[in-house]
Amino acid sequence: MAATTVTVPPVEMPLSHELRGRVGMFCLIAAESTIFTIFVVAYLYYAGKSLSGPTPREVLDVPYFISICLFSSSFTIVMGEKAIDRGNTKLFAGWLFGTIVLGAIFVVGSLREWYRLIHEHGVTISSSLFGTTFYSLVGLHLSHVIVGLTMLSIVLIFALLGLVKQEHARRFGVLALYWHFVDTVWVVVLSVVYFIAR
Amino acid sequence: MFDAQPLSPPIAVSPEQESARPLFDRLHEWIVTVDHKRLGLMYFCYGIIFLIIGGIEASIMRAQLAVANNHLVSPQTFNRMFTMHGTTMIFFAAMPIVFGFANYFVPLMIGARDMAFPRLNAWSFWMSALGGIILYFSFIGGSGLFGAGSAPDVGWFAYAPLTSLAFSVGHSTDYWIIGILVSGFGSIGTALNVLTTILVMRCPGMTLNRMPLFPWMNSIMALLVLVALGPLTAAQAMLLIDRYLGGHFFDTQAGGSAVIWMHFFWIFGHPEVYILVLPAFAIVSEVIPVFSRKPIFGYSIMVAATVTIGFISLGVWAHHMFTVGMTSYANAFFVASTAAIAVPTGIKIFNWLGTMWGGKIRFRIPMLFCIAFLGQFLIAGLTGIMLSAAPFDWQLGNSYFVVAHFHYVILGGIVFAVFAGSYYWYPKVIGRMLDETLGKWHFWLFLIGFHLTFDFMHIPGLLGMPRRIYTYQPGRGWDIWNLIVSIGVIFQVAGVAIWALNVVWSYFKGKRAGKDPWDAWTLEWSTSSPPPDYNFATIPVAHSRRPLWDLKHPEDPDWKYE
Repeated sequence: MAATTVTVPPVEMPLSHELRGRVGMFCLIAAESTIFTIFVVAYLYYAGKSLSGPTPREVLDVPYFISICLFSSSFTIVMGEKAIDRGNTKLFAGWLFGTIVLGAIFVVGSLREWYRLIHEHGVTISSSLFGTTFYSLVGLHLSHVIVGLTMLSIVLIFALLGLVKQEHARRFGVLALYWHFVDTVWVVVLSVVYFIAR
Repeated sequence: MFDAQPLSPPIAVSPEQESARPLFDRLHEWIVTVDHKRLGLMYFCYGIIFLIIGGIEASIMRAQLAVANNHLVSPQTFNRMFTMHGTTMIFFAAMPIVFGFANYFVPLMIGARDMAFPRLNAWSFWMSALGGIILYFSFIGGSGLFGAGSAPDVGWFAYAPLTSLAFSVGHSTDYWIIGILVSGFGSIGTALNVLTTILVMRCPGMTLNRMPLFPWMNSIMALLVLVALGPLTAAQAMLLIDRYLGGHFFDTQAGGSAVIWMHFFWIFGHPEVYILVLPAFAIVSEVIPVFSRKPIFGYSIMVAATVTIGFISLGVWAHHMFTVGMTSYANAFFVASTAAIAVPTGIKIFNWLGTMWGGKIRFRIPMLFCIAFLGQFLIAGLTGIMLSAAPFDWQLGNSYFVVAHFHYVILGGIVFAVFAGSYYWYPKVIGRMLDETLGKWHFWLFLIGFHLTFDFMHIPGLLGMPRRIYTYQPGRGWDIWNLIVSIGVIFQVAGVAIWALNVVWSYFKGKRAGKDPWDAWTLEWSTSSPPPDYNFATIPVAHSRRPLWDLKHPEDPDWKYE
């Protein structure tokens, strides 16, 4: 070969590195899902195996109101995403505040249910196998709601200080993904605890 | 013609200037670093330290078992030794070392300047480091207020109900739980980071179909960490709830189940083997082509086999539990899935052989370790198939045959590959070659030691010697084999000592390596040794699976044939 006339084929571009936040969050969600899966499996496996009273049917009421609040918060956070995407920071702060309120109602509602279970029915984490699995699974989810609320509140503080701009829309989208995950998990936990294994 | 120039200008700070700076500044830089290369090295050093500690624990066990009726250590100490040995080697030696390789070389091989999340990377490393420190703090703090013995002694898989408060008083089991829990968070962080890096940080032209096998296999490793560490984390959380909040998950007195702990543990535990062995495959898949002077044979089949292994490995866990007594349907399923995993693994072995076949093989140290790897991993796989048959496993489960089998996988497979990788990439990381003569001594001593120990360890297993006994009666036919097994340890220790000596000596006196001492083809060899902070002065562009071959041979580039 004399003169090396090489025509290089066109270069294909892999995924943009701007997607890394979303990809990373999906990885975290995959890992978290397996943790929830194990707790759900344990709950189902132990359903009805409790050796001492009360049974779930006797003490659990389906928490319709707080569940609707939590599910609605997925809608409000999408509206918040749309607002920050268009650069409307005031509207964004409004939707974000709404999301946090809905999430907070869920936390308060759950804790009231726990209070009722502990004081009226004597169901604690150590009282029976049902108590152990119930508080672990619901508590694991609740702790994720609280983590999500903490992060949303930090963003709200920044938004109120005027520090959240349109260019942060992508980052907020990653946080919103986490919040959607927390909501989706509640679909599973709600159906398992209050319907399937009741 | 090529729009990328992966040749980097010299580093801004020369080594002389570097060593003139105060020690404190330099150490501080290592502690606050977010650079993937420094973190990779730190992972590696951290893993080596624990490898040595775990090795000392193994040596104590072998000294105890060398002769019958020995009382060198107490039964309690022996229990602590095998618990700490297993836990240390898996979580704090093997995992950090494979994460170190992934951290250091994945960005370099895909033409990136760093991982996707550098700060998360640092966080993950320090979490893993904290986990190891917590585990070893148990030697001091484990007895707690009860004065109930120091380090954990419940075995590395810590079966219930031995871990309940009634049987594990004191805090040793708590240190075991929390140490693993914390390092697990670090592992999930690293896996997330590696996978994201591979998905979104590749250089222009580096499609998934052109990515070297090293990042490919590490991506499957990362995926397995993401789905396998969760069950372990969940199970550890349940155990903590049982121990601290009075829960009943594993409390059979209140309707709980001890068997479900086994399921949860092994849902993590078996993929864990593949989490460790896939990076070993990754190293071998880089070394064998370069030292056979041929591109890898059957690239796409290799990728497919890797993905298949990752998938099947999630459905084989209960082959650790044949002796528990499961239904015949469950037994049949796990026998079939376990035997099935031999197919993609066998494909890999044939592909490595196919790469060597007809190649101009250079018998340098990395290649020697890889050749030994091939034979040993094959034998490890064959005893694995034997144990996958449930009736055979009923006979030999929990015997020294099983111990020999999985040490064949871990030492004969993973550790040999790690040694191969250390000789292959040391020149890139340090800028100097590891000494060839010392390397030969290391290889042969370790090879002899490995075979003395683990070949002969199968026999007392077949003769019925159970694992985890701290001594045995003479005259059962076990004595001579145990002595040989223990003698092998001396050779292995000597080999590793020579390796350590080589690493230190070559750091100061080794031959300068230059950019590309092995005439290799992947992107990490296109930048200086050691690579500059930013890896590549200009981001490289890949036109084929061997971008460096294309640069070296513009008259016959690979992309013409792909």
